[in-house]
Amino acid sequence: MDLRYTDAVPSDAEREAVDALLGSPPSGWEGGTERTDEDLRWARGGAAAAKDRRDQLLPALHTVNDRVGWISEGALNYICRRLTVAPAEAYGVATFYAMFSVRPRPAKVLHVCTDLACAARGSAAVSADLTDRLGPPGTPAEGAVWQESPCLGLCERAPAALLLQAGPEAPSGPDGTAAGDAPRHCAVVAPATAPALVAAARSPRDAPAEPSAAVAVPQAGDPALVLLRRVGTVDPESLDDYRATGGYSALRRAFALGPAGVIREVLDAGLVGRGGAAFPTGRKWQATAQQADGPHYLVCNADESEPGTFKDRVLMEGDPYALIEAMTIAGYAIGAQQGYIYLRGEYPRAYERLSRALTGARTRGLLGPDVLGQGYAFDIEIRRGAGAYICGEETAIFNSIEGQRGEPRSKPPFPVEKGLFGKPTAVNNVETLVNVLPILEHGAAAYAATGTETSTGTKLFCVSGQVARPGVYELPFGANLRELLDLAGPPERLRAVLLGGAAGGFVRPDELDVPLTFEGTRAAGTTLGSGVVLVLDDSVELPRVLLRIAEFFRDESCGQCVPCRVGTVRQEEALHRIVDRTGAAADEDIALMREVGQAMRDASICGLGQTAWNAVESAIDRLGVYK
Amino acid sequence: MTAVPLQPPRRLVSFTLDGEETRVPEGSTILDACRSAGTDIPTLCQGDTLTPKNACRVCVVEVEGARTLAPACSRRAEPGMTVRTGTERARHSRKVVLELLASSTDLSTTPRAAEWIKEYEAKPDRFGEDAARVDEQPKIDNDLYVRDYDKCILCYKCVDACGEQWQNTFAIAVSGRGFDARISTEHDAALPDSACVFCGNCIEVCPTGALSFSTEFGMRAAGTWDEPAQTQTTTVCAYCGVGCNVTLHVQDNEIVKVTSPHDNPVTHGNLCIKGRFGFQHVQNRD
Ligand code: SF4
Ligand code: SF4
Ligand code: SF4
Ligand code: FES
Ligand code: FES
Repeated sequence: MDLRYTDAVPSDAEREAVDALLGSPPSGWEGGTERTDEDLRWARGGAAAAKDRRDQLLPALHTVNDRVGWISEGALNYICRRLTVAPAEAYGVATFYAMFSVRPRPAKVLHVCTDLACAARGSAAVSADLTDRLGPPGTPAEGAVWQESPCLGLCERAPAALLLQAGPEAPSGPDGTAAGDAPRHCAVVAPATAPALVAAARSPRDAPAEPSAAVAVPQAGDPALVLLRRVGTVDPESLDDYRATGGYSALRRAFALGPAGVIREVLDAGLVGRGGAAFPTGRKWQATAQQADGPHYLVCNADESEPGTFKDRVLMEGDPYALIEAMTIAGYAIGAQQGYIYLRGEYPRAYERLSRALTGARTRGLLGPDVLGQGYAFDIEIRRGAGAYICGEETAIFNSIEGQRGEPRSKPPFPVEKGLFGKPTAVNNVETLVNVLPILEHGAAAYAATGTETSTGTKLFCVSGQVARPGVYELPFGANLRELLDLAGPPERLRAVLLGGAAGGFVRPDELDVPLTFEGTRAAGTTLGSGVVLVLDDSVELPRVLLRIAEFFRDESCGQCVPCRVGTVRQEEALHRIVDRTGAAADEDIALMREVGQAMRDASICGLGQTAWNAVESAIDRLGVYK
Repeated sequence: MTAVPLQPPRRLVSFTLDGEETRVPEGSTILDACRSAGTDIPTLCQGDTLTPKNACRVCVVEVEGARTLAPACSRRAEPGMTVRTGTERARHSRKVVLELLASSTDLSTTPRAAEWIKEYEAKPDRFGEDAARVDEQPKIDNDLYVRDYDKCILCYKCVDACGEQWQNTFAIAVSGRGFDARISTEHDAALPDSACVFCGNCIEVCPTGALSFSTEFGMRAAGTWDEPAQTQTTTVCAYCGVGCNVTLHVQDNEIVKVTSPHDNPVTHGNLCIKGRFGFQHVQNRD
């Protein structure tokens, strides 16, 4: 490797932040301030060491960004020296993620959501008002800078905003005040108004505290709830409360069954993945468990970024131990000793809750070298994403964790064979994993008794937009859309419902009988996707909704393959041209989009490009938007 | 003497290619099979000396039973699979990919691009005058070669050649995301300030002419580049004992660029700065 660095050096704060993560530099070669005689006699590191530590690149970038708010040339140089990473590669990684900046910016960054659910609830007016008060997005004011953001996963409280303030770790002592910079802080403002946002930008610490996760669960307390049963009724911070309400009985049962028994149970229960692809979870586990190569890894996909999705956040914030227990069971079943939670970077509260829960579980021997005294070693690490929808793609997660750009890999080989670090890996999303608990607690048969023949159990739906009671709802599979909307309080003049998010499809008000099952939505030509149910009344201008969807895909395309990288741009351009047109005036562009859409669907590498035209197509064909 | 390493005998895989029963050695790609069968499939990001990144998607073919099309350059032939290369669906995607590329980048020096655009009846103009383009100015920051990213299709070949697959220098990488993704050094620094060792191995693999010798770039700008009038002579680099093959491209008795044969079993088309760019002394006539 020809490593070459520029002369830029890190500031003290940057150096301290990186050292806090990686420890002090062992030698001058790795960025120590001085080179000793010994350093000059021994060259250390090299390609092998670089491979070992490359996965610390994303955490290192985070740590500088958290401390200073952006990543300077000196900081990048220092990280590269510490990790033996080529600066060009690290720069490529840093510029891949929307939450990082390689240019100076204020310590406070205000992310104002302008995505689907927030747009349906007035984010445009908030942005306009904010522009009047603080200037257009990107203009520093009040020691802060605001920018428009894709969905923040706070859609039940739309319009939403998230303020992240960089700074040193908050002092822990009672009278501890940080010298110099204000300490790190984050604040959620939702529902947002421009005055509240300005106040939060001025003084993030004084922003009102976020309400409990329970406000996102209108059914909270309903005895019929399975996955959501603890959210809002049990203290999410308390391991004792978790155990008092049945926690860790599933893991005990798992140990009694043995790994193969657990997989059998999950297979018999008919559990399929809730992330959108609906692949049988038991088969994925079996395939991973059977691989001779090792070690095996478990990755929990908690990079919930589909616009309109927030159920995983509610689960993680409201019942963090459930995810940890479920992952322990999954790890046991597939023979993994290490699990990763790949958590979206925009979920600071979930990060905090999960981190504390992990510590709690470790302290009580529920994670670590000897889980529950059963001789099984398992631990979990949280890896934070940094603002890239594509990292929810199962192979892009691997690249992201490994410290590469979060670009999807081509399949085959599949993750069960060659996944994280090239080893057999099972990737499951949060909701899927949490379903394992009722399966083991009550047995496969009891679980499968709920739902339909091919979609068993219950499903979480993220209802947002123009409804009276937005939030996460849990219903047995087989309920139809009308029943769900009745619970949430539908608008008087319903125009359309977007199922499955930006990658999903629209249904009309006369189609509310569609059963909310994988097979039911498929038969109706739409998709359940990740459970997004975005409700729009006739006050919204659909062409603008479509434009926002197109913009989202254009922004989030990783750029690897041509159909998606350029196709999403062409799709957005065409939608711009016809935003105020109908009939023959729109025909030519619609035909153009169909052709581009077909190629994106057929020839893109991953699901992002393959689905980028779905929602637009369904709006044209089912809703007749441009008629 | 060049030792040609003998491969252990490979098992054959039989599958159906365009209706014909075809047998290829295990591990062959669909593209390998097509080439031995004489079927022409356009390719851009595939290179003979690199592991394909399958990013351009211009080589897609239809595999029976698959939801999406498959890149012929990297999908391996599997026993019993049925592949069709000329279906309307596959041709449609190739056409659109060519249109998307030609409407956003300059393909004027990409070999065969014009021919394929014609063959597939691609109409890059139909996205309108205002269609976004990559719009990059040539980067001229050293005397040896020019990076004209307006012509770049982001095939990743230069990155792979500079990095893990050949040179191990890692001077360039992809930065940014989506349509804004670009090949770049760290902080977009000029090449002489980067880790680049000017081996030119990235130029060797670039399929579009985005990377070119300064000589070629200058002559093209001046309108004096005349490829048909050039001769190519392969000889041995005399700088060191490795003895790499160099192919001298000569126009009007001047060396205008240096390439290296890709089928050389030792160097696979790679050179160092001396073999690649150290030809000035040959033409110092005073
Ligand atoms: S489809 Fe889009 S997101 Fe997926 S690999 Fe291609 S460019 Fe990247
Ligand atoms: S000339 Fe060589 S070192 Fe420089 S960028 Fe190209 S491949 Fe890398
Ligand atoms: S510069 Fe050439 S080799 Fe590099 S990505 Fe662009 S087209 Fe490919
Ligand atoms: S938080 Fe704004 S759309 Fe989800
Ligand atoms: S040549 Fe196959 S994807 Fe580019």
